[in-house]
Amino acid sequence: MGLLSDPQCRRALGRLLLRLNTPLCVLSYLSGLAWFLLLPLLAPRTYLSENAMGSTMVGEGSDLGPRALALARDFGEHRRREGGIPVSWLSHTMFQLGLEVHSQPFARTLPFPDEAHERYLVRGTNVFGVLRAPRAASTEALLLLVPCCEGGKNEQAVGLLLALAGYCRGQIYWAKDLIFLVTEHDLLGTQAWLEGYHGVNLTAMQSGPFPGRAGAIQAALALELSSDVLTSVDVAVEGLDGQLPNLDLLNLFQSFCHKNGLLCTLQGKLPPPEGPSGPGYAQSLRTLGLMVLGQAGGAPGGPHGLFLRFRIEALTLRGINSFRQHKFDLGALGRTLEGMFRKLNNLLERLHQSYFLYLLPSLARFVSIGSYAPALGLLLLVLALRALELWMRLSRSEEGEGEPPVGEVRGPSDPVPPARGGLLYLVPPILISVGAGAALYLLPVRGQAVATQHFPVGEAEAVVLALIGIYVAGMALPHSTHRALSGGGQRGWMTLKLLALLALALLLTCLALLNFSLGFLLGVTLVPPAAAVRPGGNRLPLALLLVLTTPGLSLFMAVLLERELLEAPAGLGEAWQRFLGALGQGLLQEHLHGAHLSPLLCLGAYPCWLLLWNVLFWK
Amino acid sequence: MAAPLVLVVLAAVTVRAALYRSSLAVFIAERVEVASPLNAWKRVVEGLALLDLGVSPYSGAIFHETPLIIYLFHFLIEYAELVFMITDVLTAVALYLAIQDFNKVVFKKQKLLIELDKYAPDVAELIQTPMEMHYIPLKVALFYLLNPYTVMSCVAKSTCAINNSVIAFFILATIKGSAFLSAVFLALATYQSLYPLTLFAPALLYLLQRQFIPIKLKSKSFWLYTMQYTSLYLCSLVVIICLSFFLLNSWDFIPSVYGFILSVPDLTPNIGLFWYFFAEMFEHFSLFFVCVFQINVFFYTIPLAIKLKEHPMFFMFVQLAIISIFKSYPTVGDIALYMAFLPVWSHLYRFLRNIFILSCVLIFCSFLFPVLWHLWIYAGSANSNFYYAITLTFNIGQVSRVRQMKENRDSAKRG
Repeated sequence: MGLLSDPQCRRALGRLLLRLNTPLCVLSYLSGLAWFLLLPLLAPRTYLSENAMGSTMVGEGSDLGPRALALARDFGEHRRREGGIPVSWLSHTMFQLGLEVHSQPFARTLPFPDEAHERYLVRGTNVFGVLRAPRAASTEALLLLVPCCEGGKNEQAVGLLLALAGYCRGQIYWAKDLIFLVTEHDLLGTQAWLEGYHGVNLTAMQSGPFPGRAGAIQAALALELSSDVLTSVDVAVEGLDGQLPNLDLLNLFQSFCHKNGLLCTLQGKLPPPEGPSGPGYAQSLRTLGLMVLGQAGGAPGGPHGLFLRFRIEALTLRGINSFRQHKFDLGALGRTLEGMFRKLNNLLERLHQSYFLYLLPSLARFVSIGSYAPALGLLLLVLALRALELWMRLSRSEEGEGEPPVGEVRGPSDPVPPARGGLLYLVPPILISVGAGAALYLLPVRGQAVATQHFPVGEAEAVVLALIGIYVAGMALPHSTHRALSGGGQRGWMTLKLLALLALALLLTCLALLNFSLGFLLGVTLVPPAAAVRPGGNRLPLALLLVLTTPGLSLFMAVLLERELLEAPAGLGEAWQRFLGALGQGLLQEHLHGAHLSPLLCLGAYPCWLLLWNVLFWK
Repeated sequence: MAAPLVLVVLAAVTVRAALYRSSLAVFIAERVEVASPLNAWKRVVEGLALLDLGVSPYSGAIFHETPLIIYLFHFLIEYAELVFMITDVLTAVALYLAIQDFNKVVFKKQKLLIELDKYAPDVAELIQTPMEMHYIPLKVALFYLLNPYTVMSCVAKSTCAINNSVIAFFILATIKGSAFLSAVFLALATYQSLYPLTLFAPALLYLLQRQFIPIKLKSKSFWLYTMQYTSLYLCSLVVIICLSFFLLNSWDFIPSVYGFILSVPDLTPNIGLFWYFFAEMFEHFSLFFVCVFQINVFFYTIPLAIKLKEHPMFFMFVQLAIISIFKSYPTVGDIALYMAFLPVWSHLYRFLRNIFILSCVLIFCSFLFPVLWHLWIYAGSANSNFYYAITLTFNIGQVSRVRQMKENRDSAKRG
């Protein structure tokens, strides 16, 4: 404050800010990008910081391989016979293993048909068995989840779950209840179970009274396997809305993989060979990029993603069977699970020691919030610099009428002629932008009935097409409305741009805390046009820049980029199909699980972008 | 001038009525920034339920309203939403009338000083024209009624709105020069939330100024008037407290209300400075620091009274701001009251440095409160330090704005 309250200093600073604004902005933006690209080099190794899990040793004695395979075959047979999840067989088997067995039927009508999974009216049953802890009073629990999807997938996982349950029943050291859960319709079943278990109804899920409970769930593991032998285990961390589990859980998994000689991957990528440069860096960056894209999307990376909202630390483990030479059987994975549960059993309090906000450039290294936040901070600095410049020019033009300051250097543009009439001329563009956002958010799903009546399209198609239609129509609005309005002149667009900059900065600040990846991606795309946009002159390059960075097109680019990072590049046609799918899924996520991505984009990013679009076409 | 005011009132009532009917009302009422343990509606309902059961509402540790409030809602519980809307409107109208009157006084004084040629030549732009002054009362009403903070406070049915209304009427009575009504409303405000006690000094200064009584310690009329006002104030305070005693037939409300305000036993997070500090502190030291924190509110009255004795209304504004920043359970409703006075000193804005940065700080903080609350309480990925950091930033923003207003006032005066 001292620097700012000295008038001499203040004037010097102000002049510096006005004269060097553009170079400073460019520098700040580029250093933000560079910072992000350097993150893999700044990442320290992960370490286990929870005492209760770190220092104690556990030995795993199980050999579940053959038993798991036998149970899996049994399960597969019964499933084929019943054409769905064999509830009675599962209950019976679990009961025989000595568990307390319950089942929970649920039903859900989707807001519109889900084309990716081909479902609309969903009806299913979750089966779960509780192993009551012999040494404690059922106050805490651990959970193993196997989603039972359509087709022949995940039979081995159910087998392993049952075999593990049988083995754990024989051990006497459990201090936390163990819940073994098999859900139907993957995420939907998991959502229904979680809502039932916690006695809440967040989405329009219909399920009966919840039969039996164990203690507060401390940690959960979800398992997806579809072959008898494995080459590696892939671990997914991203949860709903980009929430992440405590890093200690991941560290625990990694240490057991190490111990049991399992090969584990993150985003399908092996940890790169150590050494900061060369292929190691490229691979780290690719893994980091995939994680950022996955987190920004806000869709859960596996069934574990729904647990995080209930403050349960969770991971999804996926068995991969590829063409690698070295394979291992289910027994090794069983030992890993057993070891993890035994260590988690030792927990004295919730996992809270390690990091919750992090990015992973490889499984063994992490970037904490302190390291990655400056990247977004530098992007936000661009907005702040621009906003300050606009404010100074606006306030100077107001004062400037009385006495033009002697020897003052004007900003890059001419002095701004003052315009009277208050701020009323700003109301229509703001209302239009917010209204367009609200329409984009509400109309596609609410108006699908009308759309299917009048146009020859299916319901799911109608929703996606309406979304695109409204989005594009919003871009035409400034043209048609400006005829009716008298512009506020130079001051008008400056004030509007100032507001747009502030709204964008506010949105990005909040996102930086809630979902860094989304905030960063939106920042990278929206900051340059926000800083550059101005009416008059040659509008074409600016318009092009704005169109290229509109959130909708960014999503399309993200689809392309993701395929590129997965080393399976997609053509434009395929990318378009995936883009349409992503739109539909994005809307469904909101209704099924309460994801925040689509409201954020529709009510936050899109109106901000429309304001900038309005500035460009200001008269 | 009445037509725009009616329009503003209609708009404000519409917004509130719409919000009452929406699903946002429950969310807003649960926000710790809007409802403190002192004025949350939930607690009023609890107190009423206890009263209906024939139990003293203060027997639990939940209810901290004064007996008059509980009897008010005992009769009006069915119309609670209406009561809160009417309270807000009354506050705005009272502020409107008060500022209208105040402006007349300022204008007369300004004219007198111009005629006497007392102004320095370079302060011409500081002199307010009647045109500018014409809209100030309307702006004040607008600032109060459509301020998102007031709207949220009203939708959450925080009884803070009633306290604000009492204070607004106290200001109106003071500006109109009615010593009796001013003392009564000040006593009511003190009775409601204790801290308005410090408004005694600006009110007295204003009334003295209005009566053209010089503020000299040796003058007899000064002491006479002071004694008169003090005794009026104390008498009405005693009457109100005795009335409360007879309503409930017990003195339970004294520790439950004033003890609760002063000793700060409830450390639920809010936008104030107390909760984190006392949650972190060893029990052993807490009494000392409670005293230090509470003195903070009352202490500034003395230097401000000396410094601003020529400008009691500005003193009143600064004092309201200090109360809302340093009180033990502040809510956004308290902030809204002093923010309503900002247009009165709008002619100082051109000297207000950093106003842009400070306003941005306040806006950003207002949005970050719920975000960090979510991260701390629901997601579990942040902790109380994050939330308190925002609380601190918010309060630093407020303090430096008030400080700058004060500095500008000084420099404007010197000019």
